[in-house]
Amino acid sequence: MDAVLQALINGIISGTLLAVPALGFSAIFAVLRFPNFAIGALATAGAYCAWVVNVSLGLPIPVAIFAAFVGAGLAGALLEYGALERLGRGGALMKAIGSLAMGMVIENIVRFIFGNDLQAFDLPLARDIVFGPIRVGPQQLNNLVLALVIMAAVWAFLSLTSLGRSMRAVADNPDLARLKGVNPRFIALVTVAIGSGLCGIGGTLIGLDTAIDPLVGGRVLLSVFAAAVLGGLGSIPGAVAGAFLIGIVEEFTVLALSPAYRLAVGFIVILVVLTVRPSGLLGSKAN
Amino acid sequence: MLTYILFALVIGSVYALLAQSLMLSWGLAGLVNLGLAGFFAVGAYASAMLTTWGHAPIPVGVAVAMLAGGFVGLIVCFSTLRLRDDYLAIVTLGFAEIVRLVASNEVWLTGGTDGISGIPVLVPRDAGIWFHAGSLAIIAAAVAVVYLLLRRLLRSPWGRSLRAIREDQTVASVAGKSIVRFKAQAFSLAAAIAGLAGAFYGHYTSYVAPDLFQPLITIYIFLAVTAGGNARPAGAVIGAYLLVAFLEATRFIAELAPGVSAVQAASLREIVVGLGLVLILSFRPDGLLPERSQKAPVQ
Repeated sequence: MDAVLQALINGIISGTLLAVPALGFSAIFAVLRFPNFAIGALATAGAYCAWVVNVSLGLPIPVAIFAAFVGAGLAGALLEYGALERLGRGGALMKAIGSLAMGMVIENIVRFIFGNDLQAFDLPLARDIVFGPIRVGPQQLNNLVLALVIMAAVWAFLSLTSLGRSMRAVADNPDLARLKGVNPRFIALVTVAIGSGLCGIGGTLIGLDTAIDPLVGGRVLLSVFAAAVLGGLGSIPGAVAGAFLIGIVEEFTVLALSPAYRLAVGFIVILVVLTVRPSGLLGSKAN
Repeated sequence: MLTYILFALVIGSVYALLAQSLMLSWGLAGLVNLGLAGFFAVGAYASAMLTTWGHAPIPVGVAVAMLAGGFVGLIVCFSTLRLRDDYLAIVTLGFAEIVRLVASNEVWLTGGTDGISGIPVLVPRDAGIWFHAGSLAIIAAAVAVVYLLLRRLLRSPWGRSLRAIREDQTVASVAGKSIVRFKAQAFSLAAAIAGLAGAFYGHYTSYVAPDLFQPLITIYIFLAVTAGGNARPAGAVIGAYLLVAFLEATRFIAELAPGVSAVQAASLREIVVGLGLVLILSFRPDGLLPERSQKAPVQ
């Protein structure tokens, strides 16, 4: 029973970590209409920006997270406008293939500069917090709070600001939005920058939880896709709900199977959801 | 030096088989297979397990590798073919990762990260240079057979239907074509060809391990097929040999670069390959041999 409760708590914590990049992926998908396979590498790039700010410059974690957002956001926007936009003429899947290739390029730029070794953030050592039989790392609690704050900020941005409302309008119906005087190209730029920035934050939170190496983002890619597909590709609340579910299911899988198969959960979930409910949990326009 | 050139040509021929596979699923049917490395691995492992541990003759191993590839291809595309294309891209990408995961963890089945070594080879190894030349002859013959077969298929009504589906599903289905059936046939035939490539790869290097089937291979083949022309069997084959020439050239250039460590040299090569693919996709998406428009035969 205690193991189950512990797995549930771990699942919620890893779900929050997945939710931030899943939110970014879904936002990009909603507006640009292609699966951006570079998000794993963008998460890695963000994590390394944060690491440089935190370890090399010695600045505190919140500044590092902001640096991850800006660094990954700039990289994502540059990627879209430097490389992927012109591929759009060949269809969404050309952009998807291009994003996969550019993801590999970004990952290897990181590897070229920083090497393959694991790097840890500069964090104070702290004892686990113990509630009866349940243990939680203080850094995990910090991450949980940070992720929740970031999600709340994204929600506020999307529903309260006019830019956020324009983004939702373009996601809903680009032609109608254009008629109403919204410039879709500008909105796409803002969305891809914010979405990539969120992936960068996601990579940093995972790095704070464990450590970083050039594959840190690539490893969660499948779980992030699974969260987005489960929630309905392009649905933002769906991505968050999907992330929590995937996080919890992954932790329960670890109870029964080797931890190596945590990754397989995402794949199985994607297959099952597509077979049974192709529009996802909260999605309606996935088809 | 001759051995090295023969080695490069064998690898080029294995890539040519993979490129034919991608040409069929992506170029003709418009199905993006980002899990090519996974089907390659399935074929390699199937034949390696059967011939090394089961002591089956190599032709049986190769045949089973094709069947295994085709069957797994059917399973992978099963839930996505009715849906939008981007789902297939996500599912196939995940599939390749899962194959690597299973190969690394199920030690009883696949030897784990140590892989399978001592796989029977096509030509006795002690034949020296003839080992490479003989293997090259066999694999290049397979490339030629697959090439002729695909060329024949593409000119048949089946090939025309596939192109029609790629161009406009609605029109094709109004014309009475079963979209899902055609796509499933094309995808699983393509997966079977990738499985064949895997089998030959294992029987040439006599070693398979999870690390050999990184997503990088898939990017390589996309680069080969786009460079050559993605809807022409000849384009895919030429693209594959060009790719190997290009990769080997970057190896020499990386060695010449001063003050670059081995890890850095490897990452530079991957950067060049990724950028190369994006550049070709954006500036010359039709490749060296663009698709010719074909007229239906006059009855």
